[in-house]
Amino acid sequence: MEQTALPGIGVRHDVVTASGRRLGVVTHRNGRRDLVLYDPDDPDSCTADVPLTDDEAEALADILGASLMLGQLSGLRQQAAGLLTEQIAIPAGSRYVGRRLGDTQARTRTSASIVAVLREREVIASPDPTFRFEAGDVVVVVGTRQGLDGVTAILAETDPDG
Amino acid sequence: MHHTTILLIEVGALLLALGLLSRLSRRIGLSPIPLYLLAGLAFGHGGLVPLSASEEFFEVGAEIGVILLLVMLGLEYSASELVGNLRAAAPAGLFDGLLNALPGAAFGLLLGWGWVGAIVLAGVTWVSSSGVIAKVLADLGRVGNRETPVILSVLVIEDLAMALYLPLVTAILSGQSLLGGGIALAIAVFTVVLVLVVAIRYGNFISRMLSAKDPEALLLGVLGLTLLVAGIAAGLQVSAAVGAFLVGIALSGPVAHNATELLSPLRDLFAAVFFVFFGLNTDPRAIPPVLLPALALAVVTMATKVLTGYLAAKRVGIGLPGRWRAGLALAPRGEFSIVIAGLAVATSVVNPQLGPLATAYVLITVVTGPMLARLPDFGWFKRWLRRSAAAGPAPAPATD
Repeated sequence: MEQTALPGIGVRHDVVTASGRRLGVVTHRNGRRDLVLYDPDDPDSCTADVPLTDDEAEALADILGASLMLGQLSGLRQQAAGLLTEQIAIPAGSRYVGRRLGDTQARTRTSASIVAVLREREVIASPDPTFRFEAGDVVVVVGTRQGLDGVTAILAETDPDG
Repeated sequence: MHHTTILLIEVGALLLALGLLSRLSRRIGLSPIPLYLLAGLAFGHGGLVPLSASEEFFEVGAEIGVILLLVMLGLEYSASELVGNLRAAAPAGLFDGLLNALPGAAFGLLLGWGWVGAIVLAGVTWVSSSGVIAKVLADLGRVGNRETPVILSVLVIEDLAMALYLPLVTAILSGQSLLGGGIALAIAVFTVVLVLVVAIRYGNFISRMLSAKDPEALLLGVLGLTLLVAGIAAGLQVSAAVGAFLVGIALSGPVAHNATELLSPLRDLFAAVFFVFFGLNTDPRAIPPVLLPALALAVVTMATKVLTGYLAAKRVGIGLPGRWRAGLALAPRGEFSIVIAGLAVATSVVNPQLGPLATAYVLITVVTGPMLARLPDFGWFKRWLRRSAAAGPAPAPATD
């Protein structure tokens, strides 16, 4: 995803798809946003420019995002013999409270992945390594039984300094 | 009849006529600027129906029109955008200046107008019309195009360069020596840098003094601040227009956004008055003798503008069609050329032919420019590009 400032107008995000097409979103400063499709023969010019209202943009994002999520879930189920999902609460005394997800090295150490964090009824999907844990967070982990137990053990480690 | 009565009738009739002209221009897809200029020519000295009572109104209105044009331009950009853009596009801005100001200056010398005339004409040919070009890009659905940031950054640099050029030209026109001009330039550089730094560091603070919520207070506050700063800038010989531009840059966030909406109708009104006033001061009988030089100047400087856009787009790796689109889109000159010529005409230091020449020049570029910008969308142009791309390495951009 490439981001370009348009002085006086707003920002443009664009992406080249695996099939070689370029498409982008122009976000105007006054809140208007346009979906643009680029010409395959002349990748610098856009052939279609579709203004989207707030509702339309939201609906479109929902559909694209939801279908992606569904695809991931069904894919998971197909190849997931022996793969489990579990919610693990971070214990109050854990050394990782206030530290970053990357610090746990959970994936490297257990080959199980933290795919989401539940915090105060909010779902934080695909947290990145800089995500900071808080006491009371519940992590959603995908992995083998052994991996899940490993993550539980890591998160239960207490801080040696206090 | 009473003086005020005639004033009301004249101003009313003229504004009504401008309204109709503006509608006509929208209908045929043109910028209204050339029609406003023509209206001014028709009602001015030596025109069809000279005005009697409302000249003073138009004079003051024109002054406010320039200030509003500039403050709105400043409001469009934030200070950090300007500085970030300056780093990325400085080379493009530099050869834009060289390629387009030098032909104007050379032309001024060729016509025997001396250094002052040359410097003024350099400014007239240098600056593309950001208003006209922004509209062309939106009309042709090119806002999302990959060459568009190139076009915009050239425009931004030109606008910023004007903040230095206008004080210089104001000082020179007021009869000061080159040294005086240099001092004015130094003051301008200092002020511009100061405003940029203050706007980036404390922009929120300035914007917070003006409430974004209350439209009436915001309108009066921003308008008052702009006129005040413009007046002070004029007093310091830094040019009122630049003062207004800097106010626009210093404002940011919701204040800038709401102020843009509130000031737009005022800008439309007074900018129209400004273009008419410029036309009023130009004797239409003076235009035919300068028509050929204006045409020559337009052809040369539109070609150099195309080259500018072509090279600027090439520099960031845009393909051949995109380079042509960028070049041809940059061709129209407009409000700034008239602002610069207006400064010069007001002082009578330069040859009186400058006014008519600038009028004809802007009329030519502002009408043909947007038409030329459409060229790359035609099938035959695309085929020609494909053929010439296939024939060998990209040819040097033709300059005609």
